[in-house]
Amino acid sequence: MYKIVKKNSLTPVICLMDVEAPRMAASAQPGQFLIVRTHEQGERIPLTICDYDKERGTVTIVTQAVGASSRMICHLEEGDSFTDFVGPLGKPSEFIHWSDEEIAGKKFLFVAGGLGAAPVYPQAKYLHAKGAHVDVIMGARNSELLIFEKEMGEVSDNLYICTDDGSKGEKGLVTNIIDKLMAEGKSYDHAVAIGPMIMMKFATLTMKKYNIPLTVSLNTIMVDGTGMCGACRVTVGGQTRFACVDGPEFDAYQVDFDEAMRRQSMYKELEVEADHKCNIGLHR
Amino acid sequence: MKSKMTRIPVREQDPKVRATNFDEVSYGYNEEEAQAEASRCINCKNPRCVANCPVSIKIPQFIQQVTLGNYTEAARIIAEDNSLPAVCGRVCPQEVQCEGACILGIKGEPVAIGKLERFVADWSRENGVRFTEKAPSNGIKVAIVGSGPAGLACASDLAKLGYEVTIFEVLHKAGGVLQYGIPEFRLPKEEVVEVEIDNVRALGVKIETNVVVGRTITIDELFEKENFKAVFIGSGAGLPKFMGIPGENLNGVFSANEFLTRSNLMGAYSGESDTPIYTGTRVAVVGGGNVAMDAARTALRLGAETTIVYRRTEKELPARVEEVHHAKEEGIDFRMLTNPVEILGNEKGWVTGLRCIKMELGEPDDSGRRRPVPVAGSEFDIEADVVIMALGTSPNPLIANTTTGIETDRYGCIVADEHGATGRPGVFAGGDAVTGAATVILAMGAGRKAAAAIDEYLKK
Ligand SMILES: Cc1cc2nc3c(=O)[nH]c(=O)nc-3n(C[C@H](O)[C@H](O)[C@H](O)COP(=O)(O)OP(=O)(O)OC[C@H]3O[C@@H](n4cnc5c(N)ncnc54)[C@H](O)[C@@H]3O)c2cc1C
Ligand SMILES: Cc1cc2nc3c(=O)[nH]c(=O)nc-3n(C[C@H](O)[C@H](O)[C@H](O)COP(=O)(O)OP(=O)(O)OC[C@H]3O[C@@H](n4cnc5c(N)ncnc54)[C@H](O)[C@@H]3O)c2cc1C
Ligand code: SF4
Ligand code: SF4
Ligand code: FES
Repeated sequence: MYKIVKKNSLTPVICLMDVEAPRMAASAQPGQFLIVRTHEQGERIPLTICDYDKERGTVTIVTQAVGASSRMICHLEEGDSFTDFVGPLGKPSEFIHWSDEEIAGKKFLFVAGGLGAAPVYPQAKYLHAKGAHVDVIMGARNSELLIFEKEMGEVSDNLYICTDDGSKGEKGLVTNIIDKLMAEGKSYDHAVAIGPMIMMKFATLTMKKYNIPLTVSLNTIMVDGTGMCGACRVTVGGQTRFACVDGPEFDAYQVDFDEAMRRQSMYKELEVEADHKCNIGLHR
Repeated sequence: MKSKMTRIPVREQDPKVRATNFDEVSYGYNEEEAQAEASRCINCKNPRCVANCPVSIKIPQFIQQVTLGNYTEAARIIAEDNSLPAVCGRVCPQEVQCEGACILGIKGEPVAIGKLERFVADWSRENGVRFTEKAPSNGIKVAIVGSGPAGLACASDLAKLGYEVTIFEVLHKAGGVLQYGIPEFRLPKEEVVEVEIDNVRALGVKIETNVVVGRTITIDELFEKENFKAVFIGSGAGLPKFMGIPGENLNGVFSANEFLTRSNLMGAYSGESDTPIYTGTRVAVVGGGNVAMDAARTALRLGAETTIVYRRTEKELPARVEEVHHAKEEGIDFRMLTNPVEILGNEKGWVTGLRCIKMELGEPDDSGRRRPVPVAGSEFDIEADVVIMALGTSPNPLIANTTTGIETDRYGCIVADEHGATGRPGVFAGGDAVTGAATVILAMGAGRKAAAAIDEYLKK
């Protein structure tokens, strides 16, 4: 069992938890994820590793309640335990292979959509600590869905905030901010965009105009997360790749986002049913 | 009295009924039937059956004990060589192993060795018989990667010799393919798999689930940080293959592993689990092995009309004969000499069918089987809203990539000698990870050989 040692509600639908998992805390790196199950009949739910504390042996996760299983995660309290908690899974971000000299002085732009702030945070933190220049754009539908504002401010040189409805920061989309920064003459060596699939698609189209290398992190449907089932397959550069072992991060310009979005909605109807507590499958 | 040349039939669930449930197909023998079948064995001096069992179970000896009604003794004899008898009695391809060599098979039907092994194992379980004798602990730690048949067999032998064994398993349940792949109607999980795994635990073997070796902890760290003195890699061959034909990423196309994992490991077949499964109404399964049969029969039980598409003929089907027979009885449609060339979809990206081409058999290939060749211009479509690819699997590269001093061949299989020794001292490997997808009993055999080699290595 994996104990929740701290829980904070960041917004009414987003919660942050520190979970006891010493081996994982010791081996986790930016860009990786884990899988949790809340109970015996539960689904395996992939979540990004947002932070890790090797001394305390804890791993931090941030969950947004969007359906039955993620809601169940958010209902757990401090002192409760996860039935299963496995990771780190997936490949670490490419830059962890770069030397400190290669990182120092490089200019990075991060684009975080909604909950994407969670996976962006450990990356920005890692690079900032190694002396890179880090700018972060955070966007969300409204101010209630903005998370990690303070923390992100601590690990970035410039933080730009926007909301669809203008309830915080600028009114508009992250792509508007990208265009604005570029119009101001900013330049970056590398960019990373993480958020809902649709936002990553448009961030990719926008960034392409400026010829900046861009990495995205694909939150596909997953089952095992170990390369065993192929549920997470995506087309990258015309080839089928498994997001859980070949990714989750890929070169944005190679990703077939339309296919990825279509595959992500595969279980939509079944999940809606499950949310209404119907039984699925056998009962004819 | 019945002729000695025919075997005692085993009672089975009616095909029409079982096609709608996940209860076990075969009921197995009762005592009376088991004794009658056991009495057919002529107790050969040079038993050909034993030579053809990959773990060399003392078959005539245990069968004699069955005729005498000494089931505990029969179980003890089996336990010397096989730590998962209730599993093997159910899933071994007996027709090409022990039973395939049985002398009675020359003129009549071979002794039903598998069914007798299963009877003894089931009887032991029902009567609480288990064997936990082991040497006193020697305090030496050995790590096993993967809790499939290879890992379990290696672990039990080492535990019996007094080693402190820990199995690390990435999934949340132990058992490997026995847990996530082979369905309930062939291999009940709670009654059979979990009980046999508990027997391994009873020997003192620790099983730690939720550990990805290579990520949570590497093999190098197991040696350096956690004081393990030897490691056995039994990580299987779990990576599914796809054909690379157009339409394979349409919604509704699954690997057999995904479909079976959702159903078995995640429990979606029962309707009581949170994991969804997309069942479809017309399912086409591509492939001809055990995996294809299991996926097809699972889809059928979930309510779909199901077709198996295979590019050779029935004679070449690699699945166990019993499974093919059962699948047919249950009403699965077999399309032989047929190969998909494209998966068809609608404008929303969902599967609508399978475009196939007819095949004919040409010259024999490397495997000695006649190579299927397409018949030009013979394309035709099969309607389907779910397509399941059961084309085989290969080993996951994670461990080889994260462990120093381990080699793989061009199929991604870990290179090891016949005792399981890899290029790195103290690291052994066996089962599907070394051979590519094979069988439960071959994996167990490899696990046992490696256990002996590890003992040798650690005694030096
Ligand atoms: C590598 C990876 C990292 C992730 N990191 C996080 C994280 O840090 N925090 C977090 O809250 N979530 C994260 N997710 C997404 C999270 O796994 C899903 O939100 C969760 O599986 C939904 O389950 P559910 O039963 O609650 O909702 P469901 O009932 O399954 O789905 C509800 C709605 O969400 C959509 N949906 C389903 N699966 C996903 C998915 N994988 N991504 C996006 N939308 C989905 C469905 O189409 C549906 O509209 C990550 C996913 C991946 C693959
Ligand atoms: C659907 C299906 C039906 C089959 N039917 C039959 C049959 O009827 N008869 C028969 O004899 N054989 C059958 N087989 C084949 C048989 O199941 C396999 O050959 C056998 O299970 C191989 O055993 P193994 O121990 O080598 O590997 P596996 O059973 O694959 O076990 C490997 C284990 O290692 C774990 N693992 C992998 N990587 C890691 C890691 N990095 N860290 C920790 N753990 C890891 C996996 O999760 C898994 O649990 C079937 C296979 C399938 C898929
Ligand atoms: S383990 Fe398999 S091959 Fe050996 S006797 Fe039993 S059924 Fe036959
Ligand atoms: S070959 Fe057949 S008859 Fe002979 S010992 Fe084995 S099972 Fe009995
Ligand atoms: S989630 Fe199963 S292979 Fe990626």
